[in-house]
Amino acid sequence: MTMQVQDVFTLFSIDHLLSEEERAIQGVVRNFVDDQIRPYVADWFEEGTLPARELALELGKLGMLGMHLEGYGCAGMSGVAYGLAALEIEAGDSGLRSLMSVQGSLAMYAIHAFGSEEQRLEWLPRMATGEAIGCFGLTEPDFGSNPSGMRTTARRDGDDWVIDGSKIWITNGNVADVSIVWAQTEDGIRGFVAPTSTPGFQANLIHKKMSLRASITSELVFTSMRLPGDAMLPGVRGMKGPLSCLNEARFGIAFGALGAARDCLESATAYAINREQFDRPIAGFQLTQKKLVDMALELGKGMLLALHLGRLKDEHRVTPEQISLGKLNNARESLAIARECRSILGGNGISLEYPIIRHMNNLESVFTYEGTNEMHTLIIGQVLTGISAFR
Amino acid sequence: MKIAVCVKQVPDTWAEKRLRPADSLLDRESAEGVLNELDEYAVEEALKIQEAHGGEVTIVSMGPERAVETIRKALSMGADAGIHIVDDALSGSDALATSAVLAGVLKDRGFDLIIFGSESTDARMSVVPAMVSERLGLPQLTFAQKVDVNGGTITIERQTDYGFDSVEASSPVVVSVVEKINEPRYPSFKGIMAAKKKPLETLSVADAGVAAGSVGTGAAWSVVADFAARPPKAAGTIVNDEGAGGVKIAEFLATNKII
Ligand SMILES: Cc1cc2nc3c(=O)[nH]c(=O)nc-3n(C[C@H](O)[C@H](O)[C@H](O)COP(=O)(O)OP(=O)(O)OC[C@H]3O[C@@H](n4cnc5c(N)ncnc54)[C@H](O)[C@@H]3O)c2cc1C
Repeated sequence: MTMQVQDVFTLFSIDHLLSEEERAIQGVVRNFVDDQIRPYVADWFEEGTLPARELALELGKLGMLGMHLEGYGCAGMSGVAYGLAALEIEAGDSGLRSLMSVQGSLAMYAIHAFGSEEQRLEWLPRMATGEAIGCFGLTEPDFGSNPSGMRTTARRDGDDWVIDGSKIWITNGNVADVSIVWAQTEDGIRGFVAPTSTPGFQANLIHKKMSLRASITSELVFTSMRLPGDAMLPGVRGMKGPLSCLNEARFGIAFGALGAARDCLESATAYAINREQFDRPIAGFQLTQKKLVDMALELGKGMLLALHLGRLKDEHRVTPEQISLGKLNNARESLAIARECRSILGGNGISLEYPIIRHMNNLESVFTYEGTNEMHTLIIGQVLTGISAFR
Repeated sequence: MKIAVCVKQVPDTWAEKRLRPADSLLDRESAEGVLNELDEYAVEEALKIQEAHGGEVTIVSMGPERAVETIRKALSMGADAGIHIVDDALSGSDALATSAVLAGVLKDRGFDLIIFGSESTDARMSVVPAMVSERLGLPQLTFAQKVDVNGGTITIERQTDYGFDSVEASSPVVVSVVEKINEPRYPSFKGIMAAKKKPLETLSVADAGVAAGSVGTGAAWSVVADFAARPPKAAGTIVNDEGAGGVKIAEFLATNKII
């Protein structure tokens, strides 16, 4: 009899590509998710809430926040380790991975890479422990895929900056202590470190979401929000600022999305083996087996791609276009896997009793944020042809 | 306070365990090796005592080459140093041999407190802590659901079927802990990184002062003569409840002499 290997990563011998330390990190996050997330997350999703404060502290204790950054209380781990942590967290829920990505790769990274020493010392240690939560305001109601057209402005008034405008779809907005705000200045687009307690800062919770319900998403409104002169991020000017942050987060998504897909596939495989119709397990029907096999292939290939990008990143050789390959492929295939898994569960596939519909709905956001599927397609299309199809 | 925690690598608790047909020993290669669950509680307790009273926590483990991963897991939780006893001669050792080797390593190192999990999920004998304390001539404070350290006096609550006994002894002592005692921490990422750099001593059976001939399969006092897989579960009886379900259940229990 051949051995039954339900776990796709085992089938691909993925462990063989990881160091003992990387496996240890993955194991810790997986245990954390099993103990602290899995039992509760369907309820959070159903209720549209997330105990973000408590969870941020827990994630901080493990060292998950800004884990790939050096110094200032950050864990200083490799890109691959960061990717594996994102994968395991997202196997719990994409909403949690969003919390972690926005905190570490967007808000903390912006301060770490482009902030002054004072800004780093003020924010990073507290953000690494999860005592302070960050958000990242780039997208605006009229500027999503094309953020360079943003209308939020920052103008000088004496030594101060005065910011007016609004941002939409901002993860962590209502729970954040600090917001990285990107705005137009006379000098081009600049980033600002704005404590959310600043008068003129307002966050409005976005309701009626059907995706990432276990995540806090907000609209930010700035009305003559006055910041001191040293609130600007001194280290970067223009779209390079936000785009470098997004690059970090997209890298995490290339791994993370696969976590959600793996969780769907595990759940659907177990279900197919146990569920009987016409007096036999539905896993015994060729159509079901083909679904499972095709999904296993995409999941395994996606993981190989993610690990390859991770190794390149750790050698400081990964390009933004290569990260687009990972984000595009792995968000797209993970969503396709979730949808296919949903079909295998039949009626149960639409129930929150199983993780699949939750992951499936979440992955719709993952497909769209951090550069839509279409935008990454056109970025790669431009690389292949030398012709930009979107500008 | 110098604390030793003895830990064991066991096959993943949830994996199906197999015996090797050739020698009836547990097939340790077929499943992932993990830190025995109750030993995690022992490590946690040692770390808590260290946090409150200072000192050093040393992890001691006897096991094959890869058991070093288990020591490293305990180090990544925060322990300071590790001792790994690894020797081909040890394969197939029974509890008596294991306790002799552990006692050989633990004695003369000045530990005030030697902590064990109260049983391993693979062999489930629960005797090694008692055997080690006997060999070392130390008081045994076993099955502790709570440990209090007050200077040189160690007091535990020993879990019983009815509640607990309060047991006290002066250090050095051997303690074994039960699951109720605490909630083990997750290793932090920094802990995982630091674990690689912590001192790890590797010892042979001879280093433990034990004769190679007195350990391993050959020297075991008990052997597995034969084994068989558990028979598959028989199909249950399904009774449709048409109003008399309660009676039917009572009849079933009575027939099986349960009531
Ligand atoms: C749950 C959630 C959380 C988010 N969190 C954050 C956050 O924390 N911070 C932040 O700044 N933003 C965040 N976003 C915003 C997200 O990044 C944007 O939604 C995304 O960039 C797309 O922008 P848009 O929604 O305005 O869509 P649009 O840009 O209007 O796009 C609509 C459609 O048109 C397509 N399209 C647009 N331009 C082209 C083109 N040139 N060629 C072909 N197709 C095109 C798009 O691919 C898409 O299919 C979040 C979004 C969601 C859903």
